[in-house]
Amino acid sequence: MSTLIEAVDLKQHYPVRQGLLGRQTAAVKAVDGVNLRIHRGEVLGLVGESGSGKSTLGRNLMMMERPTSGAVLYEGSDLAGRSHKALHPYRRKMQMVFQDPFSSLNPRMTVEDSLTMPLRFHQPELSAAQRRDAAAETLERVGLPRSMITRYPHEFSGGQRQRIGIARGLIVRPEFMVADEPVSALDVSVQAQVLNLFSEIRESLGLTLLFVTHDLAVVGHIADRVAVMYLGQIMEIAPTRALFTAPKHPYTETLLSAAPQPTVGARGARIPMKGEPPSPLSPPSGCVFRTRCSHATPECDAAHPELRSRAPGHLSACIRDDISLVPAVSDRPTSPRRKQSA
Amino acid sequence: MTTPSSSTTDPVLSVRDLTIRFKARGRETPVVHGIDFDIHGGETLALVGESGSGKSVTSFALMRLLPDARHCTIEGQVNIGGVNLLELTERKMTSVRGPKIAMIFQEPLTSLNPVHRVGDQIAEAIRYHRKMTRAQIRDRVLELLTLVGIPDPERRMSAYPGAMSGGMRQRVVIAMALALEPDLLIADEPTTALDVTVQAQILELLRDIQNRTGMAMLFITHDFGVVAEIADRVMVMYSGRIVEEGRLEDVLTQPRMPYTQGLLSSVPRLEDAGLRTGALGTIEGFVPTAGNLPDGCSFHPRCPHARPGVCDTAMPALEPHGRPDHPVRCLRIEDIAASDMEDLSV
Ligand SMILES: Nc1ncnc2c1ncn2[C@@H]1O[C@H](COP(=O)(O)OP(=O)(O)OP(=O)(O)O)[C@@H](O)[C@H]1O
Ligand SMILES: Nc1ncnc2c1ncn2[C@@H]1O[C@H](COP(=O)(O)OP(=O)(O)OP(=O)(O)O)[C@@H](O)[C@H]1O
Ligand code: SF4
Ligand SMILES: [Mg+2]
Ligand SMILES: [Mg+2]
Repeated sequence: MSTLIEAVDLKQHYPVRQGLLGRQTAAVKAVDGVNLRIHRGEVLGLVGESGSGKSTLGRNLMMMERPTSGAVLYEGSDLAGRSHKALHPYRRKMQMVFQDPFSSLNPRMTVEDSLTMPLRFHQPELSAAQRRDAAAETLERVGLPRSMITRYPHEFSGGQRQRIGIARGLIVRPEFMVADEPVSALDVSVQAQVLNLFSEIRESLGLTLLFVTHDLAVVGHIADRVAVMYLGQIMEIAPTRALFTAPKHPYTETLLSAAPQPTVGARGARIPMKGEPPSPLSPPSGCVFRTRCSHATPECDAAHPELRSRAPGHLSACIRDDISLVPAVSDRPTSPRRKQSA
Repeated sequence: MTTPSSSTTDPVLSVRDLTIRFKARGRETPVVHGIDFDIHGGETLALVGESGSGKSVTSFALMRLLPDARHCTIEGQVNIGGVNLLELTERKMTSVRGPKIAMIFQEPLTSLNPVHRVGDQIAEAIRYHRKMTRAQIRDRVLELLTLVGIPDPERRMSAYPGAMSGGMRQRVVIAMALALEPDLLIADEPTTALDVTVQAQILELLRDIQNRTGMAMLFITHDFGVVAEIADRVMVMYSGRIVEEGRLEDVLTQPRMPYTQGLLSSVPRLEDAGLRTGALGTIEGFVPTAGNLPDGCSFHPRCPHARPGVCDTAMPALEPHGRPDHPVRCLRIEDIAASDMEDLSV
C-alpha cells in the first residue's frame, strides 16, 4: 500500500485575543501534533465529537488553510511550505465535499455553471462544449439525468443537491477527496443512496477518501480504516473491524458504547463519560482524555501518550496496555439481516 | 383506528382525527391528515418519519403553537384529562402548557433566553403557575437542576446559557419542561444536535425521570437507533399519515409496511462495521410534497410492491390485518406477508 498523503506533526493553533489591547492570551489547539498516513485508494474514516478538530484537519490536508506548523506530504513532497503558485497543480488533485449541500451551492447558478466553474479554473484549455459535456457526464456519474443540467439548486431535493456537490468535486478527476459530514444533513433513506454512491465511485474511480463524520455506524459501513480524534489529537487508528471489535483506547470504548443501535435489547450498560467537556482553551495536562477517562491512573496526569502500535496496523495513544476494553460488537459472523425490501 | 392498549387506565393523551392545513395564497394545503393515537402514563411513543412528514407540525398542534387561524386550520381532538385542548381559549391554554403538557425542542438555544441566568428562567416558569415564596422557588430550581444531572447546581443557577455546553443547555431545557411536573412531555428531536456521548446521557436521563414521575412521553426522531433506546411503541409517519404503529420490538424486527421495511434496510448497522456488507437498501424516488400527493396510497410511486390498478386507486386504511397491536396502512399487506414467508423458506 503506498501512502498518498501524510500529516507529520501537524498543528493548527488559533490565537484567541482578549482584553482591551487585543493581546493574544491563549490558543485553541484545534489540531495538535497529528501524524497520519492515508493510503492510495483507501477510505479513511475520521470520527470524534464536535470540536475535536476533524474539519480543521481536513482543511489542513487540503491546504485550504495553512497549518501553524508541521508538514503535509503529498506523494512525499511537502505542501505546507509551498507558495500559493506552487500549490496550484495540487489543487485539482484534492477536492472537498461539504455537509450542507444547500449552502455550498450558489443559488443563482445553474447546475452547469456550478459544475463547470472548477473546470474553468483547472482546465482553461477546454472549450465551452467540452466543459458542458464533462458536466453532463459527471452528473450521470452521480446518478442524476443529464437533462437536469439547466436547473437551479432550489429545484433539487437535499439528496440530489449532495449528489451535485459530489459531482462538482469529481469533475476535475481528483485523486484525493475530503468529505466533511457529507450525509449528516440527510434523511436515512437518502443517506443510504449517497453512501452507496460514495462506495461506488471510490471503487470505480480508485479515489482516496477522508470521510469525516460523527456517526459511528456510517463510518463502520464506509471506511477501511478509522481514526478517532479528541481535542486535536488522534487517540486511535485501526482497521475498521478491529476498531469496533477490539478498541484499544478508552475514548473509543466510550464513544462506541454511546452509539445508539436500532436493535431491540441494545438499551443499557454504557461506559459513562466522566465529568464535563474540558475547555479547548485549557486542555488537561498529561493525556488530554484523562479527565473523562474511566481507566485513568495518576500516571496519566504526567504522561504524553504517543500513538503506539498495539496490533497489526492498530495504533493507540494510551499508556495502559494492561486493561481490556469493551468492544461495540463481538467479532462473530454478522447476525442474519432481515430481507431488504427494495 | 387506534391500537387497543393492554393498559386499563385512561390514556394521558388521546388524539382523534387530527387534521392540519396551512393556508397560503387562497389555497389550503393539508399536511396532517386525520391522525389518531393514545399515550398512557409512563409510556413513550416514538414518532418517526423522514423530513417533512409532519412530525413537528403534529407536536406543535398538540401544544397549540401553530400560526393562528388566518394561516392554519386545525381540526379534531387533542384530549388531555378530559379536555379537548383545541377548544380552549389562548388564555386557558397558557395555564395548560407547563403543568399538563410541556415540550423540548431540538436546539436548546431556541428555548433559552441568552440574556437571563438559567436559574431565573426556570424560576420564572414556576412563578407564573405556582404561589410559592422566593426561597421555595429557589429550592425547587436547585432540585430540578440536580434532577437533570447538572453538576454544581448552586453555581450553575447563575450562569448564562452561552457559558454552557450543548449538553448542559439541553439539561436546563429539560429542567424547565419538568418544572411543573407535566403529565405529557413532548420531545422533538431533543438529541439530534448533540454528540452521541451526550445523547446517551440525555436519553438515560429522560428514561430515569419517566420511571420516577410516570409521565407520558411523545418522542419525535428520525433515528431508529434512538427509537430503540427510548420507545415502548412506535408510530411511523409518511406524508402526514400514520402508516404503521406497533410495539417497539414488532416494528423493528417485523416491519409490515413497505415504507418502514425500506427505511430499516437503509440504516447501516454497527454490528456490520468493517464487514463490507454491500450496498445499503434504498427507497427509490422522493417524498411527495404536501398538496401534491399521488392518488391511492401516498407511497405507491416509490413502493417495490405497488400494483397498478390497486395501489394507485384507493387510500388504504390503517388496519390490523390480523395483528391487532400492529396496524398498517397497505393494500397489499396479505400478499407481501405471503411472499416474505416464501423468501424465508428458501
Ligand atoms: N477559524 C477558527 N478560529 C478559531 N477557532 C477555530 C476556528 N476553526 C475551528 N476553531 C476551533 O477549533 C476546534 C476544532 O474545530 P473543528 O471545526 O475542526 O471541529 P470538528 O471536529 O470539525 O467539529 P464538528 O463535529 O462540530 O464539525 C474547536 O474548538 C473550534 O471552535
Ligand atoms: N408554518 C408553515 N407554513 C406552511 N407549511 C408548513 C409550515 N410548517 C411546516 N409546514 C409544512 O408541513 C409539512 C410538515 O413539516 P414538519 O416540520 O412537521 O416536518 P417534520 O416531519 O418535522 O420534518 P423534519 O424531520 O425535517 O423536522 C412540510 O411539508 C412543511 O413544509
Ligand atoms: S492514557 Fe490514561 S487517561 Fe488517557 S486514555 Fe489511557 S487510561 Fe485514559
Ligand atoms: Mg466539522
Ligand atoms: Mg421536525
